[in-house]
Amino acid sequence: MRTIFEKPDALTDKITHYCPGCTHGVIHRLVAESLDELGLRERTVGIAPVGCAVLAYHYFNTDFQEAAHGRAAALATGAKRVRPDLILFTYQGDGDLASIGMAETIHACNRGEKITTIFVNNAVYGMTGGQMAPTTMPGQVTTTSPAGRDVAECGQPIRMAEVLSQIKTPGYIARVAVHTPAHIVKAKRCIKQAFKYQAEGRCYSLVECLSTCPTNWGMTPIESIKWVEETMMPYYPLGVKRTPDEGEGG
Amino acid sequence: MKGNEAIGEAAVCAGCLNYFAYPITPQSEVAEYLSRRLPEVGGTFLQGESEVAVSYMLFGASAAGERVFTTSSSPGISLMAEGMSYLSGAQLPVVIVNIVRGGPGLGGILPAQSDYMQAVKGAGHGDYHVLVLAPAGVQEAVDLTIDAFTLAERYSNPVLILGDGMIGQMMEPVEFPDPETIPPPQPRPWATTGMKDRRQNLIRSLFLSPDSLEYNNMHLRAKYDAMERDEVRYESYHAERKMDVLIVAYGTMARICKTAVDVLREQGLKVGLVRPISLYPYPMQVVHEAAQKAKDVLVVELSTGQMVEDVHHAVAGSRPVHFFGKTGGNIPPPDRIADEVRKLLVKKPGKSRKTGRKS
Amino acid sequence: MPCVKIDKERCKGCELCTFACHQHVLGMSKELNTKGYFPALVERGPRCIGCRMCAVMCPDVAIEIGIHGVQYNLYEY
Repeated sequence: MRTIFEKPDALTDKITHYCPGCTHGVIHRLVAESLDELGLRERTVGIAPVGCAVLAYHYFNTDFQEAAHGRAAALATGAKRVRPDLILFTYQGDGDLASIGMAETIHACNRGEKITTIFVNNAVYGMTGGQMAPTTMPGQVTTTSPAGRDVAECGQPIRMAEVLSQIKTPGYIARVAVHTPAHIVKAKRCIKQAFKYQAEGRCYSLVECLSTCPTNWGMTPIESIKWVEETMMPYYPLGVKRTPDEGEGG
Repeated sequence: MKGNEAIGEAAVCAGCLNYFAYPITPQSEVAEYLSRRLPEVGGTFLQGESEVAVSYMLFGASAAGERVFTTSSSPGISLMAEGMSYLSGAQLPVVIVNIVRGGPGLGGILPAQSDYMQAVKGAGHGDYHVLVLAPAGVQEAVDLTIDAFTLAERYSNPVLILGDGMIGQMMEPVEFPDPETIPPPQPRPWATTGMKDRRQNLIRSLFLSPDSLEYNNMHLRAKYDAMERDEVRYESYHAERKMDVLIVAYGTMARICKTAVDVLREQGLKVGLVRPISLYPYPMQVVHEAAQKAKDVLVVELSTGQMVEDVHHAVAGSRPVHFFGKTGGNIPPPDRIADEVRKLLVKKPGKSRKTGRKS
Repeated sequence: MPCVKIDKERCKGCELCTFACHQHVLGMSKELNTKGYFPALVERGPRCIGCRMCAVMCPDVAIEIGIHGVQYNLYEY
C-alpha cells in the first residue's frame, strides 16, 4: 500500500493542546508541509508568539525561540540579520501581531526583513479567554465586548494584509482561509510561496490566515466554518495582496 | 577618543560585530560611530524602530548564537526593561550600555546617576538580576565593555554597563588591548541554528508547570550567588587604615570624590574612598569592613539617594551613614564634597548629623 | 482502492472531516477515546474515492490515507 497523505516530518508526534475544531492545527501542518517540501526544515528557526500558539515549539521539529507579547518580528529580525543562512518564521495571532506587536510587524515589513510571518486571524484573543481583538468583527460578542464590538468606540477591525500591502518595500502579502479543503489547498500554495521567497532571499512575506475559534466564539466547529464564510470573508477579502515583482505597493 | 565612540570600538575589539540600537541623547554617537565602523569589519548594524524592538533583536541574535550589544540612555533602558526580564529568564548573554541621563520622565540630557535602582534592583518583572558594571572614565569604560562580553557568556546573562552622560561625552586618551589577549567567544551549543539531526534547541522563558519554573528560578539564583561570590569589583583609595570619614561613590562621582580625598588628605584629614565597580553584585563586605575603620560614612551620588540604600544595608547600622547628592546635571566640584566632609568632622561627637534621607 | 486510517487517540471529535467528506464515508464513534472525545471513524469505507479532503481538513493530523494500486489525484496538494 502506498501512503498518499500522512503527517509531515516537520511536525512532532505530540497531540496539540488546541481545542477541537480549531484550525491552528491545519495551519501548523501547512507550515510543516511547506518546510518539508522545500527542504528547509533543518535550517529553520521558528518564533513562537504569546497566545494560543505559545507552545507551538512542542509541535514543530525545528529550533524555536519563544518571544514576548508581540515581539516575534523583532526576534526574527535579530536572528536573521546575524545568521542570514537561517530560515526564520514567526507564527502570531491577531492580538499579538496586530495589537501589541503592530510596531514590530510594520517595521519588519518596511525594512524588508527576509522573514516569513504566519498571521492567524481568528477575530478574538484565544488564550486569554476570548477578549476583543483588533480584528474582532463589528457587533461580535467577546468577553470584553459583551454587547458586541461597538465600532463607534473601538473602531473597525484592522485589515492587516491591506495595511502591510501599502508599504513600498518589496514584499509578499497574502490572505487565505483554512475553513474548507479547497481554501486549505490554496492557503498551502501561499504559505509555500512565502517560504520560497525567503529561501531565495527575496523579501519579507506574510500570510494572513482566517482561522476559527469555536470555543471563544461559542459555536460548534461546523458553525464556526460557516461564520468564517459568512461574516469574516466579506470583510477580509482573500487573495494575494502584493508580490515582490510589483514595483510599488497598493 | 570620545567615550561613546570608545565604547563602540571596545565592542568591535571584543569581537562583537552585531549592534542594534535606537538613537537617544546622550549616547547617539555610539550608533553613529558603529554605523560607519561595523560595515568595515563585516558586522551587522541596525537601527531599530524602538528600544523595545531593539531589546528583542538582541534576544533573537543572541539566541541565534552571536555576540550582540546595544547602547541606550535612561528612557530607552526603561523601554528595554521588559526585554531584560525576558533575556534573563531565557539566559541569553547580551551586553547593554546605559549612558545615564537625568529623570524621571524625559528629565534632562545631562549626566546623572539616577538609574542605580533600575539597574541593580531590576527594572523588569520577575526574579532576576543583570550584572552591572560602572566605569569611572573612558579607559575603564573600554575595559569593562570588553570584559562584559566574557562575563555575559560565563553566566549566560545580560551584563549592563552603567555609565553616565559625562563618560559618554568626555574625551580622554584610551588604549585598546591586543585583540589576541581577549578571550574568544564561548561556543553556544544551545543556540537556535537550525536543527539538522540533533534535538530541538529551544530558547524560552515560559515554564508553565510550577516545578519547572521554580527549577529555572533556582538555577538563576545559583548563578547570582556565583556572581556575588566571584565577580565583586571595587577600588579602595586610602580606605585601608583608620579614617575619620569614608566616602562611598561610584562612576564619575567617585572620580571627583577621589580628588576631594586628595585635597582633604593634604590638609591632614583622614579620609578614604571605596568605589564599587560592580554595582550588582555589590561589594557589601568591602563597604562594611571599610566602614568599621571610619567614624562616619558619606555617600555621594548624582541622585537624591539610591546607592545609599545599599550602603545602609552594608553598614547595617554600625556607623552613621550620611548622604550628599546633586541632580539635574549639576555636578559638584571636589571642593563642594570636601566641604560636606568637613561638616561631618566639626559635628559634636556622639551626635550623628543626618543629611541623608534616612539613617 | 483507498484506505482511510483514523488515529482515534489523536482525534478530538470536531467532526470537520465528516463535513469535508462528500462521499459520506466518515461518521462519529459512540465510544470515547482516552481524552474523552468521540472520535471519527470510517463507516462506509467502500464509498471512499481517496480524495484526501478529510485529511486536508483535519486540524489534528489524525487521518492517514493509503492507496492500493493506481490513484488519480483530483487536485495538487
